[in-house]
Amino acid sequence: MTTSRRQFFGQAAAVSAGVALTSPAVEAIAAVDAPAPGVVEVAFRVNGERQKLSIDPRVTLLDALRERLQLTGTKKGCDRGQCGACTVHVDDRRVLSCLTLAATLQGKEVTTIEGIADGDDLHPVQRAFIDHDGFQCGFCTSGQIMSAVKVVEEREVRTDDQIREAMSGNICRCGAYPNILDAIKQAKGGER
Amino acid sequence: MRAFDYATPSSVTDALKLARPGSAFLAGGTTLVDLMKLDVLTPDRVIDVNGLPLKGIRLHAGALRIGALERMSDVAAHPVVTATHPMISKALLLSASGQLRNMASIGGNLMQRTRCDYFRDVTSACNKRLPGSGCPALTGINRGHAILGTSDSCVATHASDVAVAFVALEAQVVLRGKDGDRTVPLEDFYRLPGSTPERENVLGPGELIAEVVVPVLPWARHSTYLKIRDRQSYEFALTSVAAAVNLKRGVVQDVRLAAGGVGTKPWRLRAVEEALQGNVAVERTFADAAESAVDGVRTLPHNAFKTSLLKRTIVRALLDAAGVR
Repeated sequence: MTTSRRQFFGQAAAVSAGVALTSPAVEAIAAVDAPAPGVVEVAFRVNGERQKLSIDPRVTLLDALRERLQLTGTKKGCDRGQCGACTVHVDDRRVLSCLTLAATLQGKEVTTIEGIADGDDLHPVQRAFIDHDGFQCGFCTSGQIMSAVKVVEEREVRTDDQIREAMSGNICRCGAYPNILDAIKQAKGGER
Repeated sequence: MRAFDYATPSSVTDALKLARPGSAFLAGGTTLVDLMKLDVLTPDRVIDVNGLPLKGIRLHAGALRIGALERMSDVAAHPVVTATHPMISKALLLSASGQLRNMASIGGNLMQRTRCDYFRDVTSACNKRLPGSGCPALTGINRGHAILGTSDSCVATHASDVAVAFVALEAQVVLRGKDGDRTVPLEDFYRLPGSTPERENVLGPGELIAEVVVPVLPWARHSTYLKIRDRQSYEFALTSVAAAVNLKRGVVQDVRLAAGGVGTKPWRLRAVEEALQGNVAVERTFADAAESAVDGVRTLPHNAFKTSLLKRTIVRALLDAAGVR
C-alpha cells in the first residue's frame, strides 16, 4: 500500500514526538474545529460512494473532504469564496466547498477532482491541462479543472472572452491563464 | 466560527417558529458562511431554509414572480427572464462568479451585506457591526464607498447588482412572517443608514423574503445593466446603471434608471428620469440629464471620482438601452 504525503507527514510528526500514533489519532490532530455541542448526522455520496458523517455543523464541505474523508485533491486557498481552489460539483453544479456547510448536503451527490477520471483514463479536461501545460505550481489546478469541466459543457460559452469570463472565479497566481484557456478550448473542441 | 445549533425545517411555518433573536436563515451561504468565518456574524442558531417551497419563476397577472430560493444562475438563464427583463439577467451575470451564482439565492442576494472592509474586519470600529463604535471609513480608505445616501455614521455601499435592476423596474418583495404576508417595494425595503446603520431593511423579527415580484413593462425588453469596476470580471461595482428606455420617433416616452456602487442602498435616479422625459434621445440630452444624478452627493477623500464616473455610466447605459450612438 502506498503512503500519501499527508500520512507520511502525520507519521513523521508522531515519530519525532516520540509517540506511536495510530491513524485515528493522526486524524484527531488534523481536526479543524474544537468539539461543540450539537453534532449533526449527514449522509451524502462522494464520487459515487455513500458517506455518513457525524459532524459539528460548522464544518465546511471542504474540511469534511480533506480532514474526514482524506480527499485532499480539493485545495484550501483563501477559504473565503474568493479564489475558486476549492471548487467541486454538488448535484452536478460547480460550487465552492469552502462556503458550503457539510451539514446542508443530506442526500446530495458530490464530485471532487478524485472522481472525474475513469479509472486510469483521465477526464478529457485533465488530459487537456497536461497537453497545454495549464499549471505551474498546481495549487489552483483541481479547482480550475472542476470549473472547466462545467464550462466545457456550457454551449453558450464559445469565444475566448466568454471562456475567460466563465472561468473568472478561479484565480491562478502563477498566471497560467493562457494555457488554461488553450486547454479548455481543446476540451471543448475535442481537438488534441 | 462560533458554535450554533442547526435546524432544517421543511415548512415556512416551522422555519418562522424556529427563528428567534440571534438566529439566522441560511440559503446559499455565500454571505452568511463567509461572515461567520470572520466572526462578523455570530448566530447561535442557523436555520437552513433550502428545504422550503420558495421556488419557481413564472409570469402571473402581469408580473414576473421569482421564488426567493431560486439561484442566481437559474434566474439569469431562465427564458422568461431573458425575454421580459434582460436587465435582470445581465445584472446577475455580471455579479460574482459562476460557482457563486450557482449557490447564491435571490432572497440572499437582496440580503447580502456591504463589502466595506471595516465592516468585515472585527478588529475595526464599525457602526453597522457594533453600533456607536464609530466609522473608520470616513477618514480611512474610502475609495469604494458611497456618495449618495450617506450619513456621519455610515458610508458603506450596498453591494448587490440585481437589486439595482429590481429597483429600476419597481419590483416588490413579499415578506412572510408569523402574521402572514406583506408586500413592500424593494426601494423602500432598504433603509438609509442615518444614525442607525445596523438596521439595513424593514424586515421584522423572524420575517423571511418569500418572493420577488417584478412588473412586466413591455418596453423594458430593451434594457441594459452597465457595470464599471476595477477589473472586468468577478468584482463589485465602482458604479453601475440599470437603464430601460422607451423611444417614440427618437423622443424619450418612458425611462427607468437606477444606480449601484454609489449609494448606501440601490439608488433610483428619479431626477434624471424626469429630466429625460419628452426629450430627444441624443448623447447631449443624456449628459445634461445625468447632471441631476449627482445633486446632493457627498464625496470622501478617495471616492470623489465616482461623481463624474456615475454621470458617464448613466450616459453610456442610456446610449446602449436606447440603441443610439
